[in-house]
Amino acid sequence: MNTISILVLFPLLASIAVFLVRKDAVRNIIVRVCAFTTGILTLFVVCRYFKDGISLSFANRNTIDMIIAFVEVLIAAYIILIGIKNKKYIVSIFAAVQTTLILWFEFTQKHGIDVQSDIVFDRLSAVMVLIVGCIGSLILIYTVGYMKWYHVHHEEYKERKSFFFSEIFLFLFAMFGLVLSNNLLWMYFCWELTSLCSYLLIGYTKTPEAVNNSFRALAINLGGGLAFASAIVFIGMNFKTLELSVLTVLKPELMVLIPVFLLCIAALTKSAQMPFSSWLLGAMVAPTPSSALLHSATMVKAGVYLLIRLAPLLAGTSVGKVITLLGAVTFFVNSIIAISKSDAKKILAYSTISNLGLIVACAGIGSQESLWAAILLLIFHSISKSLLFLTAGSVEHQIGSRNVEDMDILMQVSRRLSGYMIVGIAGMFLAPFGMLISKWVAMKAFIDSNNILTVIILGYGSATTLFYWTKWMGKLVSNANRKDHIKHTFHIDEEIPIFIHAVLVVLSCFTFPLISEYVLVPYLSGLFGPGVSMPLGISDVNIMLIMLSMLLILPISFIPIYKSDRRRIVPVYMAGENTGDNESFYGALHAKRKVKLHNWYMESFFGVKKLAFWSNVLSIVIILVGVLLLIGGITK
Amino acid sequence: MNFSKKSPWILHYDGSSCNGCDIEVLACLTPLYDVERFGVINTGNPKHADILLITGSINEQNKSVVKQLYEQMANPKVVVAVGICAATGGIFSECYNVLGGVDRIIPVDVYVPGCAARPEAIIDGVVKALGILEERQKFARKKA
Amino acid sequence: MMLVIYIIAVIVLAPLVGGLLTGIDRVITARMQGRKGPSVLQPFYDVLKLFQKESIEVNTMHRFFVYISLIFVIFTTVIMLLGGDILLAFFALTLGSIFFVLGGYASNSPYSTVGSERELLQMMAFEPMILLTAIGLYYGDKSFFIKDIIAARVPSIVYLPGVFLGLIYILTFKLRKSPFDLSMSHHGHQEIVQGITTEYSGKDLAIIQITHWYETIIALTLVYLFFAFNSPVSHLIAILACIIAYLLEIVIDNAFARVKWQHALKSTWVITGVLASVNLIILSFFR
Repeated sequence: MNTISILVLFPLLASIAVFLVRKDAVRNIIVRVCAFTTGILTLFVVCRYFKDGISLSFANRNTIDMIIAFVEVLIAAYIILIGIKNKKYIVSIFAAVQTTLILWFEFTQKHGIDVQSDIVFDRLSAVMVLIVGCIGSLILIYTVGYMKWYHVHHEEYKERKSFFFSEIFLFLFAMFGLVLSNNLLWMYFCWELTSLCSYLLIGYTKTPEAVNNSFRALAINLGGGLAFASAIVFIGMNFKTLELSVLTVLKPELMVLIPVFLLCIAALTKSAQMPFSSWLLGAMVAPTPSSALLHSATMVKAGVYLLIRLAPLLAGTSVGKVITLLGAVTFFVNSIIAISKSDAKKILAYSTISNLGLIVACAGIGSQESLWAAILLLIFHSISKSLLFLTAGSVEHQIGSRNVEDMDILMQVSRRLSGYMIVGIAGMFLAPFGMLISKWVAMKAFIDSNNILTVIILGYGSATTLFYWTKWMGKLVSNANRKDHIKHTFHIDEEIPIFIHAVLVVLSCFTFPLISEYVLVPYLSGLFGPGVSMPLGISDVNIMLIMLSMLLILPISFIPIYKSDRRRIVPVYMAGENTGDNESFYGALHAKRKVKLHNWYMESFFGVKKLAFWSNVLSIVIILVGVLLLIGGITK
Repeated sequence: MNFSKKSPWILHYDGSSCNGCDIEVLACLTPLYDVERFGVINTGNPKHADILLITGSINEQNKSVVKQLYEQMANPKVVVAVGICAATGGIFSECYNVLGGVDRIIPVDVYVPGCAARPEAIIDGVVKALGILEERQKFARKKA
Repeated sequence: MMLVIYIIAVIVLAPLVGGLLTGIDRVITARMQGRKGPSVLQPFYDVLKLFQKESIEVNTMHRFFVYISLIFVIFTTVIMLLGGDILLAFFALTLGSIFFVLGGYASNSPYSTVGSERELLQMMAFEPMILLTAIGLYYGDKSFFIKDIIAARVPSIVYLPGVFLGLIYILTFKLRKSPFDLSMSHHGHQEIVQGITTEYSGKDLAIIQITHWYETIIALTLVYLFFAFNSPVSHLIAILACIIAYLLEIVIDNAFARVKWQHALKSTWVITGVLASVNLIILSFFR
């Protein structure tokens, strides 16, 4: 058995094992060991096959196909049943239609279609495997600590920890399968499995809101799955192939673009792009680790991963243009809406959608520069966002709230935790950090491909991004000293993964030239032929690295100054009426009044109500334009 | 070199008063007197100010305010009491809640007489205060 | 070796020129109001005085941000005046500005916090235009490097008139002039006491002033880029353009009242959006 197969199947075994163990202490050990093993396996596989890549072909493919078909039928039956039970018939219909479609294809049309390689491991898969494996296992370790607390504070929810852990392992299995499969049928199976996992994890608490949101997520993702299934059937019948690698080297003619467009729709639903974004926002009711894993670091990346794979077919075509525009609009609108949110997880959700929009836009352009940016964005976003989700979860432990407004006391509660959070936020938008480097290259790519509208949208979108991140950061550094918070200890189980994440954020910024040299350039050379180079000049890279070093060194170099230069501390200026504790002032009749400092949310400008409807209409129009273009046979 | 003389920044506070001196203080900023010639700026913020310019008397309500504003000023600093109310409580000194002049709660360096004090007198007072400010600056540096 | 001398020259000369400009600004403003006004060197006196004063603080954290901000603004100035990458310079400048904003938050004072929020709003308003300026210049000269932009065969203003007007509009933000001095105003103006700078005193305040001098130079360098090209005379014209732009800003400062934030945001986005987009879209057709 190949190591890659072991890597894929190991989480499945772990999932079953964890599901069966009911004792907390034992299960925690199993989860930790399995998570660790998954991480090691990931690193091993990546090291082993990184240089040359590998493509595997399975002799017993038919057996595997049969097992997959069988499981698919089971899943479909389950979904149809719960759909009927909860009166969400749309879910049942989607599941029934697509499974019938796939089964029909499987048993009547598939004969004679030969698959050369079922699994392909190249540099792009390596990146995805690393993200899924490393971040996934870190999140698992974190979850052990998190769930201990979760049920202490939420006694109203039924405790189903073994179910929760087992779902996460199952999800990792699906995710490994998804990024490694070259066989579209297998990929589709994993695709559906991730939808199911996300449904189960969102509905974990079983509150009416959670159930409702989980069904919305399922419906939208199954809709995408339907598009995926139709694309497979279309490709299978017209081109007699089921391989992604064969599809992507075809000429982008009309007949190719139709299934590509369908696959793009599937990718857009999974990556929560407008108008399909509502499920990701609803998904924030889930416990934080699942948000981190599914809704920021890995699952939503499956969609953009598919788009990056399809990019050669998108470059310069009408479908590519539509996708680019849709991504740009999503980026802009969601970064605006994020301004009006104060719930940390909501902000993270909107920012996730918005950043995925940027990746989608890059993939839609499909030039070598833009793909360079897209893959780098994918890497940096996964690390930083997952760090932010994890810290948000821990902050909720510490101060009993995940509202950004309440985080002004975090510096007093746990300096380390707020430090990690600041690193995460900085990673999302500040200059020498990764996201900005890739945004910069993305901008260059848009200009070079003469997409001036996208450039302008990106310019305005970046400015709004800056606004909501900085005001969050402002709350973190604001040094308020209220005394009404819950004191809570910072679990070592939580801190270790968070610390590793924070180190990864910084490290990935230092090593991005290496990532470019050994991952991006070789991968892109495979697509565009030799002559691919890093889109940034070497002098710029050096200056970036100098800036990053300055950011690391400067705060430390201030410590001796603090030590030697003690200054007189006076009360904050409140027109002379400060009571002396910086928290209250004397109001009328000499009454003490609390000072309340709020960030700006500007609902009247940037509220959801104002923007969501019209932006969804706009994005639907864009998709319809894409459909019309294809119907009209316009491919350029 | 000592630069405190060249750039005196003023915080103006008005206690219990008829606002007469208040208006005269602002008159100093108008084109006719133009105290900005001497680098004077009306900052409105104790943390930036060098000179605390008080008009009007001190009462129960504002004593803590004046104390706090004085505390919030960076050294070296001087206090100028403008007008008779700031000096002694003036016409208000008999009121039930008035404590008297500014010097009841914080040390005053320069008293500017008048009811209301004329702008020329106020400018004179500020210039005098600058001399004291310079002395304090020298003293502070010797100590350091 | 030359490079080191050049960098030191930039670091020393830029604030001297910036401070002098501020002094001239104060004299001209006074004259426009029928006053005599202070000496041209007044800004230097102010800063030197602040250095001699005691520095007090409200907590041990907030001073730190000001120094980092200064360092990154100096970094930006060096990159720009050495002909480096203009986008990179903007990123460094943004980093500096963000540290300054965080300083306002760190004091946890009501006035500073409001000032920080407003400063952020201002950044949100003008940042797109700055990016679009860089993009416009790139469109014309195929390079983000300032040394290439000023060595072009035609001055950028020829094909970027709209972008230039947009830049002039947001220059008011950068120079902290009315009607857009919402977050902190300078000289004798007061708005929300002193905005972000309310809690700073002594050395820290002096550093903020010096940072502002550097920023003035950075803002005027942007104007410069639109006029300079490979003929030597053009550099004189470009300097003249900078002076005219600065005078224009002084006039605007004195002629307009401060606007509300809603108006600042809306008008800036609409005006810069229209001017820059139309200009860039037309330009993209000729490519």
